[in-house]
Amino acid sequence: MPQAPLAAPDRTSPAAEPAVVARAVGVTRRYAGHTALDSVDFEIREGELLGLLGPNGAGKSTLVNLLTGLRQVTSGRCELFGGDPRRPENRLRIGVTPQETGLPETLRVTEVVDFVAAHYPDPVDRGELLDRFGLTPLARRQTGGLSGGEKRRLAVALAFVGRPRLVFLDEPTTGLDVEARKALWDRVAEFHAGGGTVLLTSHYLEEVEALAERVVVLGRGRVLADDTVAAIRGLVDVHRVSLVAGELPRLPGVVSERREDGRVHLMTTDPDRLVRELVTRGVDFSGLEVRPTSLEEAFLTIAGS
Amino acid sequence: MTMAMTLVHTRYQLLRTVRIPIALIGSAFFPAASMIFFVVPAAGDDPTGAAYATASMVVFAAIISNLFGHGVGVAEDRAQPWDPYTRTLPVGLLPTFAGRILTGLVMMLLSMVPVVVIAAVFTEASVTVGGFLTALVVLVVATVPFMLMGLSIGYLLSTKAALAVVQIVFFPLAFAGGLLSAPDAAPGFVKAIAPYVPSRGAVELMWAAVGDFEVRPLPVVTLVVWTAAMGALAVFAYRRDEGRRYR
Repeated sequence: MPQAPLAAPDRTSPAAEPAVVARAVGVTRRYAGHTALDSVDFEIREGELLGLLGPNGAGKSTLVNLLTGLRQVTSGRCELFGGDPRRPENRLRIGVTPQETGLPETLRVTEVVDFVAAHYPDPVDRGELLDRFGLTPLARRQTGGLSGGEKRRLAVALAFVGRPRLVFLDEPTTGLDVEARKALWDRVAEFHAGGGTVLLTSHYLEEVEALAERVVVLGRGRVLADDTVAAIRGLVDVHRVSLVAGELPRLPGVVSERREDGRVHLMTTDPDRLVRELVTRGVDFSGLEVRPTSLEEAFLTIAGS
Repeated sequence: MTMAMTLVHTRYQLLRTVRIPIALIGSAFFPAASMIFFVVPAAGDDPTGAAYATASMVVFAAIISNLFGHGVGVAEDRAQPWDPYTRTLPVGLLPTFAGRILTGLVMMLLSMVPVVVIAAVFTEASVTVGGFLTALVVLVVATVPFMLMGLSIGYLLSTKAALAVVQIVFFPLAFAGGLLSAPDAAPGFVKAIAPYVPSRGAVELMWAAVGDFEVRPLPVVTLVVWTAAMGALAVFAYRRDEGRRYR
């Protein structure tokens, strides 16, 4: 059977990789005495659906603000489609979600969409956009009168008005009910299936798991991990084993150990094995508790270790 | 492109403002009420006096509209996440800013409509077409320092602080400039300080436009100095705010 070697994607050659649509090179950003980003290297390639994870204050918003041209780097370089994000023409191919609390209250849904659309050479048809995001029945309403979920849907829809190649979605479905969340995820997945690139910021692993292929974890202004969703899942699958005990022997799989109010808190990736070890080694303990940690705790543990 | 975007931004800012009509009523109320309670009974039958008083109230309305519109309006916008969002759109800074200025101008002109209507209907004040058009141009130019003052307040202060400062500033500006008395009937201390208050130069130029008032040099020099000073303050305030939020 004849082969078509030229058309086959060559994973080993960098020339065959999709183009980088946004990039940060050695980016440091300081605010009055505190470092929000510390020499971060980061890139998104065309067609990726990338999750940016991290606890509050990790530097996620700062990175997005730098990439969307809202702020300047202290040092390093940011690029959007090969150009400076601070130049308006380089922002033509991106879409950003406003915070839903910030929509102009007195404007109608259609007016907000039209205002955003006026900035792009070839915006999507308004009726079609409203339809896709289930906003058609709300078209004539002023945004101040929408519910939180409705505002959120409008905010996400606005990112797609200018037919972007890259969208920045910041916690797109936080606070939505299951059905609305699923609907929005479907819209994002559709956009991605059509070749669109997505940078999804969240501190909910669930949301990132549902959508993203690759995950970058930020913590205290640094990139802590850059891997597949499955790998990150394993990395942050940390449990807290806490107990009352005296001096402990060296135990396997313990990421961190902290004493507080007479209790020892052990962070571990394998709580079963840890408990078995405690028993086999005859450690004298009481008040055993095993709890899964929140993502936030898990990140802080990774960040600290 | 910039021109078209400026019009887009102006249109939506006007739309946002007009949807809260109380803002417009707020700037129009004081001058219109002063017309009805003071100007009409006291000077309604005197064509010259009524014309001067109307010009004073128009300047008063312009001061209020600029200070509230820009002072409180800018402070409010700065507090909203919508403002940073619009900066991620593919547009420079100019259309938003120019839209703000044009919106302020339209709101200012609207706020003085009641004063002019009251003057035309209930007083003997009259003005030639030429005089009216001159007054319009003079008004736009002579109230620039109040626009700049409003912008400075808006970019320097929070909404609550801006509201308080505007409320404290607008009345003394009108009173000390002699807007609330006839050209030569102001109380002695007002006569002494008026030449150094920007509203005086503005109102004298307006009086000259609608009647044959002879403008004195000092208030006009004062007006120019205030314009320059407020311009410098507004530029400083704008840069400081941009620097804080977007650097």
